[in-house]
Amino acid sequence: MTNNLINIDNPVFKVRDLSIAYEAGKFAVKDINADVERKTITAIMGPSGCGKSTLLRAFNRMHELYPNIKTKGSILLNDRDIHEMSTIELRRKIGMVFQRPNPFPTMNIYDNVIAGYKLNGIRLKRDERDSIVEKALKDVTLWEEVKDSLLKKGTFLSGGQQQRLCIARAISFNPEVLLLDEPTSALDPVSTAGIEDLLVNLKKEYTIMLVTHNMSQAARISDNSMFMYIGELVEYGKTDAMFTNPSDPRTEGYLTGKFG
Amino acid sequence: MISGKVQVDINNIMGRKKKNIFFLGIVIALSVITVIPIILILGQIIIKGIGQINFNFFVQTSPDSLQAMTAIANNQTIPGGIANGITGTLLIVIVSCMMAIPLGIMIGIYLYENQARKYSNFIRNITEILQGVPSIVLGIISYLWIVKNITHGFSAFAGSVSLAIMMLPLIIRSTEETMKMIPNEIREAAFAMGAPYHKVIFRVLIPSGFSGLSTGILLSISRILGETAPLMMTALGSSVINYNISLPTSAVPLLIWEFYNDPNMISLVWSSALFLMLLVLSLNLLSGRLTANQKTGRKR
Amino acid sequence: MNSDKLTKTILFTASLLVLIISAGIGFSLLEGSMPAFKEFGLKFIITNEWNPREGSEVYGALPFIAGTLITSILALIICLPLAFSTSLFIAEYFRNTRVSNILSSMVDLLAGIPSIIYGLWGFYTLRPFIISLGLSDQGFGIFTSSLILAIMIIPFATSLSTEIISMVPDELKEAAYSLGATRLEVIFYVIVPNARSGIIASYILALGRALGETMAVTMLIGNSNVIPTGLFSTGNTMASIIANQFGEASGLKLSALIAIGLLLFVITGIINSIGKFIIRKFS
Repeated sequence: MTNNLINIDNPVFKVRDLSIAYEAGKFAVKDINADVERKTITAIMGPSGCGKSTLLRAFNRMHELYPNIKTKGSILLNDRDIHEMSTIELRRKIGMVFQRPNPFPTMNIYDNVIAGYKLNGIRLKRDERDSIVEKALKDVTLWEEVKDSLLKKGTFLSGGQQQRLCIARAISFNPEVLLLDEPTSALDPVSTAGIEDLLVNLKKEYTIMLVTHNMSQAARISDNSMFMYIGELVEYGKTDAMFTNPSDPRTEGYLTGKFG
Repeated sequence: MISGKVQVDINNIMGRKKKNIFFLGIVIALSVITVIPIILILGQIIIKGIGQINFNFFVQTSPDSLQAMTAIANNQTIPGGIANGITGTLLIVIVSCMMAIPLGIMIGIYLYENQARKYSNFIRNITEILQGVPSIVLGIISYLWIVKNITHGFSAFAGSVSLAIMMLPLIIRSTEETMKMIPNEIREAAFAMGAPYHKVIFRVLIPSGFSGLSTGILLSISRILGETAPLMMTALGSSVINYNISLPTSAVPLLIWEFYNDPNMISLVWSSALFLMLLVLSLNLLSGRLTANQKTGRKR
Repeated sequence: MNSDKLTKTILFTASLLVLIISAGIGFSLLEGSMPAFKEFGLKFIITNEWNPREGSEVYGALPFIAGTLITSILALIICLPLAFSTSLFIAEYFRNTRVSNILSSMVDLLAGIPSIIYGLWGFYTLRPFIISLGLSDQGFGIFTSSLILAIMIIPFATSLSTEIISMVPDELKEAAYSLGATRLEVIFYVIVPNARSGIIASYILALGRALGETMAVTMLIGNSNVIPTGLFSTGNTMASIIANQFGEASGLKLSALIAIGLLLFVITGIINSIGKFIIRKFS
């Protein structure tokens, strides 16, 4: 494994010897060691089934929803072991966006953005709420389009707009990290471009980790890239360097389209 | 950025976690409470009923009050059995099936073949309404139609009619659902071979859907086996074994009701209740088995 | 070709029978209740008297309408927390586990028990229990009947809710978890709002079932023809008065009983239609 990004300065995450198994002996992710750089976009890429989503979801302990998944090793967020925090505290520092846009269908747009607060039982004053919603929607460049329809349910929005709404929902909480699991694979090229521009903007405030099956997307917007293959972290380094001069033959094979 | 970051409130998190566990506890407790009655009921019936079940139980007719009283006074088991009830139930249910099954299957097939029509939706709605009619109202209806006008007196046939109307919606619904699960290619292949419609129905559709149809039939039979109220005003009951459908006839639930009303017959109450329960449960199990076989694609 | 047409006609005619039977039911009930309505007018529905004395017969349906509504609604109230918990147990907390399958089968068993057997158990076990708790002298009455009814309708309330709850998409739940919600919060802020109409519909259908229940209630309600005044007072329901008195009734009394049957038919029909309507509208 070629890893240029270990023991760097002030990383957001430190991953040490992380392995995740769905069944006894069957590892989806094996012996991952990596640091994640602050306020950058880190892309996780690789062929289908390489474990990239599994790795991503380990960062906010989503695997605990499924009791047959076992995790070994550690992940530190700002030098604190994430398994020693409560999941609630952890997930308030980490926002997640999923592959298919999934705004809550029974809530209107306004309530969707503020859903994180409502679910956590945090009551805000009216003007606080309004300003949070406005800022989040402005940050995802959705404000102008929906500011007059905040009380409508989000079902009339296009796929790209719905996904931006989901990003707004995830960042309304001011997390430190934003995890995105193939956020544009269900969207058309124009919406995809919009989301990519948005992410580049957002990295000024948030550390972004992005699983993508589209290597050109990784090349376009990420600062660092992880290449995974059959559960292992094969190569991890600065995106430009990796794409122009991959160190591992497997990385090169993937990037040149020999497989994947 | 809003004024200040939202503080992670440790107390709030602990409180929410406590509520979370507490609620889970309540859900588990209430779920357990929900199943306690079934254990109690089955347990009681088995324990109390098993004593009186013997060979005579099945072949002798029900005793009258005097016989029962005498036996109790002499500390003997009550003579007699529920043969009149068993044969009566058999008679009534068979006649019900003869009416409801062909009719229900035909209507189910009609609905399946004419899915999108407005008329079909209308019939489906009416069928659903019919399904919700309380059984005692159907007893009244059968009384008015059959007891009053056709058999001029209480009769097994009247009982069968009321039960048949109860079975009908269930059979219609399960037939349509079963037919929908048959791959359309099979049906089209049959037509493409030039087979006449009725042959397609009898030689292809019904055999293909056999287990689904049987499940629906078994379930509707188990539904009507325990019905008492409509029979009280149609078949009325009888102390003898009867095979004439125009005469009053006994049935197992009716006998249970009679025994219940007579303080001398208590032990017979439990044994007949046990018998009825076993009958209903075995039909349910059988239809469950059929469904499972259907799902795994095995033939019975 | 000809035989095909014949087959189609036969099938169509069969379907007509559903219409004929249903129309016939409505018609016969109306016809049979005419004498009662002619004699007492529509006030029959709100008359609180049931007096079969020869020469001054007065019949009114009010005590029984009250009995039916009170027992059924009380049964629904008792059944609600139990059925809701059981649905959550099966469809959410322990979804796809062995325990949940066992629980589910046991609830199905509850549905298969005939009404008269519930009545027997109620009479021989529940009643003495209630007497021993000192709640009532005889053990009959509204509370006992409602309790038995509640147990009887639990499977109906549970099965539809369970289905609807398990159909809430995983991604919505995951989104809520990723925002830091606890399981309880996911249930109340995501699952219930999305399953709301199905859950409500299942309770309405359970209510419809309770309204028509006859045997168990007849055996436990105490059979007095008055509007029940307290939780443990006796009474009668529409179904139980018919069950009790239909056998030897004739003339005006018979017509009054048929009229009550008509009312029961109408009330049950309305409640069931509301339930089905809600399912259709929101799914």
